[in-house]
Amino acid sequence: MNVPLDAIDRQIILATQGGLPLVPQPYRAVATPLGLTAAEVMQRLARMQESGVVRRVGVVPNHYALGYQANGMTVWDVDDAVVDTLGEQIGHLSFVSHCYRRPRRLPAWPYNLFAMVHGRNLDETADYVAKIADLLGPACRGHDILYSSGILKKTGLRLGA
Amino acid sequence: MPLDDIDRLIINTMQGGFPLSDRPFQVVAERIGISEKRLITRLRHLLRDRVLTRFGPLFNADRMGGANILAAMSVPKADWEDVATFVNSQPEIAHNYRREHAINMWFVGAGESLEQVEATFARIEAATGLEVLRFPKEREYFVELKLAV
Repeated sequence: MNVPLDAIDRQIILATQGGLPLVPQPYRAVATPLGLTAAEVMQRLARMQESGVVRRVGVVPNHYALGYQANGMTVWDVDDAVVDTLGEQIGHLSFVSHCYRRPRRLPAWPYNLFAMVHGRNLDETADYVAKIADLLGPACRGHDILYSSGILKKTGLRLGA
Repeated sequence: MPLDDIDRLIINTMQGGFPLSDRPFQVVAERIGISEKRLITRLRHLLRDRVLTRFGPLFNADRMGGANILAAMSVPKADWEDVATFVNSQPEIAHNYRREHAINMWFVGAGESLEQVEATFARIEAATGLEVLRFPKEREYFVELKLAV
C-alpha cells in the first residue's frame, strides 16, 4: 500500500500537515519557501491525491461543535463472503464518516465491520443503526454500538521530518 | 458558536474538496456567492472557534510508509487511571478513547513502521498485564464526507 514519496513530496507534506495557509494564493505560499512554484505544488498534491496519499483537500468539521452529539462506533459481524460489497454500500451512507473491515478477535470480539455513525442525538443515531441493519439484512449475525465517554488522548497525525 | 447560512454553505461545499488552482478561495467564493476575502475571514473564524478541526490536505498515513493500528483493551475499573496514564505516556499512542463496552479502552498506535507500533503494544501488555487486541485495517471502504449542517 506504500506509495514512493520523494524528498520534495515530503517537504510539501511537512509544510501542509498543519493546514493550508488562509491567503488568496495558498499553494504559492507553500511553494515559495521550498523554492518551488505554485504549479509544482499543485501537480504534486494532485498526484498524491491520485495515489491515495492525500485523501482529499478540504475542511474537516468538528462533529460536536456542529450539533452531532451522538457519535457511535458501530460494529457488525458480517458474513465474510459479502462483507466487502456491503461495506462499500455502507461507506456511501451520508451519516457514516469512516468504514473499515478489521479482523475478528474471537471469542471476545465477533465483529469484522466498523462504521462511525454521527447523529444529533441518540434517537437519530439509533435510526441510522437501523438503516445499516436493514442494508446488511441476513448477512449480519450481530452488532453493537460503542459510544465514546471520554477522550483520554488526541494528537493529530504528525509525519516526522 | 451559532452558525449562519453562509457558514453552513461554506462547510457543506468545502467538505467535498478544495480546488487545486491559483486562486482556489476565489473559485469556492464564486460558487457560494460571496467575496474571496469574506470566505477567507469566515474560514479563519470557523477554525478559531473549532467548528472546523482542519483545513488543507488530509493525508493517509497508511500510504506514507507508516503504520496506524487500532487496538483495544478490557481495563478493570480499579486499574483504569494507572493503565490510562501508562498508555497515554507512550509517544506512539495518537488517540485514546474510553468507550462504553466490556472492551473499554480504544487507542491508535502510530509509528514509522509496524515493528515500532508492535513494540509499543508489547510494552503496554508487559506493563499492564492486559491483552492488547489488535484491529489492523484490512480494507477501507470509500466514504463520501457530506455531513449536513
